[in-house]
Amino acid sequence: MSDLYQVSSNPHIRDKSTTASIMRDVIIALLPATVFGIWNFGIHAALNVIVAVAVAVIAEAAFQHFTKQKITIMDFSAAVTGLLLALNVPPSFPLWMTALGAVFAIIVAKQVFGGLGQNFMNPALAGRVFLFLSFSQQMTSFTYDGVTGATPLRLLKDSKEVTGLSKMFLGTEAGTIGETSVIALLIGTVYLLVKKIIDYRIPLYYLLSFVICMILFGGHGFSPEFLAAQICGGGLILGAFFMATDYATSPITPVGRIVFGILLGILTAVFRVFGPNAEGVSYAIIFCNLLVPIIEKYTVPKMFGAVKNKKEV
Amino acid sequence: MSVLTFKGGVHPHNDGKDLSKASPIADYIPTGEIAIPLAQHIGAPASALVKKGDRVLVNQKIGEASGFISANIHSSVSGTVKNIEPRLVASGDKVLSIIIENDGLYETVPVTDKRSADELSKEEKLKLIKEAGIVGMGGAGFPTSVKLAPKNADDIEYYIINGAECEPYLTSDYRRMIETPELIVKGAKIAISLFKKAKAIIAIEDNKRDAVAKIKEAVKGDPDIEVKTVYTKYPQGGERSLIYATTGRMVNSSMLPADVNCVVNNIDTVYAIYNAVENKLPLTHRIVTVTGNAIANPQNFRVPIGTNLAELVDAAGGFTEQPEKIISGGPMMGMALYNLNIPVTKGTSALLCFTGDEVKANEPSNCINCGRCVSVCPGRIMPARLSVLAQNGDKEGFVALNGMECCECGCCSYICPAKRHLTQAIKSMRKQVLADRKKK
Repeated sequence: MSDLYQVSSNPHIRDKSTTASIMRDVIIALLPATVFGIWNFGIHAALNVIVAVAVAVIAEAAFQHFTKQKITIMDFSAAVTGLLLALNVPPSFPLWMTALGAVFAIIVAKQVFGGLGQNFMNPALAGRVFLFLSFSQQMTSFTYDGVTGATPLRLLKDSKEVTGLSKMFLGTEAGTIGETSVIALLIGTVYLLVKKIIDYRIPLYYLLSFVICMILFGGHGFSPEFLAAQICGGGLILGAFFMATDYATSPITPVGRIVFGILLGILTAVFRVFGPNAEGVSYAIIFCNLLVPIIEKYTVPKMFGAVKNKKEV
Repeated sequence: MSVLTFKGGVHPHNDGKDLSKASPIADYIPTGEIAIPLAQHIGAPASALVKKGDRVLVNQKIGEASGFISANIHSSVSGTVKNIEPRLVASGDKVLSIIIENDGLYETVPVTDKRSADELSKEEKLKLIKEAGIVGMGGAGFPTSVKLAPKNADDIEYYIINGAECEPYLTSDYRRMIETPELIVKGAKIAISLFKKAKAIIAIEDNKRDAVAKIKEAVKGDPDIEVKTVYTKYPQGGERSLIYATTGRMVNSSMLPADVNCVVNNIDTVYAIYNAVENKLPLTHRIVTVTGNAIANPQNFRVPIGTNLAELVDAAGGFTEQPEKIISGGPMMGMALYNLNIPVTKGTSALLCFTGDEVKANEPSNCINCGRCVSVCPGRIMPARLSVLAQNGDKEGFVALNGMECCECGCCSYICPAKRHLTQAIKSMRKQVLADRKKK
């Protein structure tokens, strides 16, 4: 019959935003930090970005092709993972290692668990930690302006002196490709918040609890300079706004997001103060990723009109 | 003044009301046969009072309520009963319907009772409302006489009239409010006279400023009726959302509005109450918004119940383009129809004809766990998790995670960036759980 119309269950209209449009917005939000990183560190940083994104996308397409699944690279999630990974490696990092990290991130951390949304650990961070454990020397060697030296956070840990706070804010210093410029990251963050891509809860409570923990056992008491250096240094801003807020690996419940943020802050502070490394963001995030199911279990929202003794129907 | 609203909900990307809001309600005279289903309400179907070959008049009772939760059915035209047979209705079910050959004479049953509403007792008013076969005209179709006679009638504090009309595209309640505001107010007065201490609240969304003004004008000086402007957001007109927005009280799925001393009726239901009590007329007509981008002249019609929907399309100038999707009701909660050979019933608020289908155009993909469904759910439940439990057939888990609190408003499916059919999964699981409970 030609007169049959399309039928489906309600609702019959759909919001304009899609998975692809969200991922595209995340990429747009990461552009200021990416462009700054390339400007700051030069051509090798650009190559790292290109390699990481390309390999991540190709790895996803290849895996899906060989496992006879629908190829989903057009949702841009693999590109986001590749870009985040690139922003998390030192600018002079060997390209083949970056490529290996991207393959690990996409295949081991994401695809074998069922692809987008099914991974329990942030793929880019899993890739970073994989690289860190495999190639720790290359991952911790930072060259800036031709001089190999330590990151400001490392200096802070070793010398207990705050140096060059304004450079840390602007990002003209040693570090990974995308983590150095707080200002560039914040521009992207504003975009994400305005477009309502991320929930303010995770980053807000992350930073708050981190600051409180740092005041309590950072060893400097309430020292604004020290706290500012801790916030601007390392990957905290990148992690709090772009990695901890990864949908698949953060709780979907509003209260769960607050709990998640608080735990992240505590763990980051603990790792930074008591651990051997200056940096603690990656480990804090992937560790908390593992806690998400249990956080969600205990933070189920109270239903509308909940009463103490629920009447049985 | 703070803005009255609820937590959650969505702002649909195209409210579509401009298509039909300027068109006055036009009386539609049907040309073809009339098919009046005996079940146009929640509860037991009415039993037919006429048989094949009988002549019926306008307003004649042709179906008798069979049970406490049921409603009478009246003829909307005069003519001969051609047959009583199952006919397809908007829900997709086949329902026993009285088919009437319209003779076009509109011979009416005379009204003998000339008393005005003020001269009637509570019981007489309730009896008239029951007799008139009034059901909730917002779509759910719950018999109004039952709603207006709760066990705690004396405790009812608020009689809330739902003029939110939060569904996109619909303008029938809006037209009713701006064309006959004084009759809505009269209906409201009749309704609150059924309760000892109830005050009426007429709630209208803030995108209908002119309706607010007109109703306020009509209410002027009445201490028992208050007009409240509520924030424009879907599903503001949902019973639970509206009670919360106007009174701050919360009703869950195992409660009735009367449990928090509220009763909610739709604008058009209140009009029907006025008509039944003041004019002693049964519910035989309703306003239908015929609209959508496939309709040549979108507009509002006052339509006899039983009229074929295909006639309304022609009356609105026909299709400009072959539609892909036809919906009875609003785009958020309405029912898709696979053909147009379906009668208008008491709950048909609109006929929407779209050239494209946004559902078909958007393939579902993996859940990305963004949590948008959780943040828009007015029932404050977790659609993403519930839909997985539903698809796995885990009834216990579904109920434990408050799955039965779903009001099927569709916000979760609407907002989902992965275009997953969340509402659909949850809705079908709810049906199964309810069916199981019935069996026990």
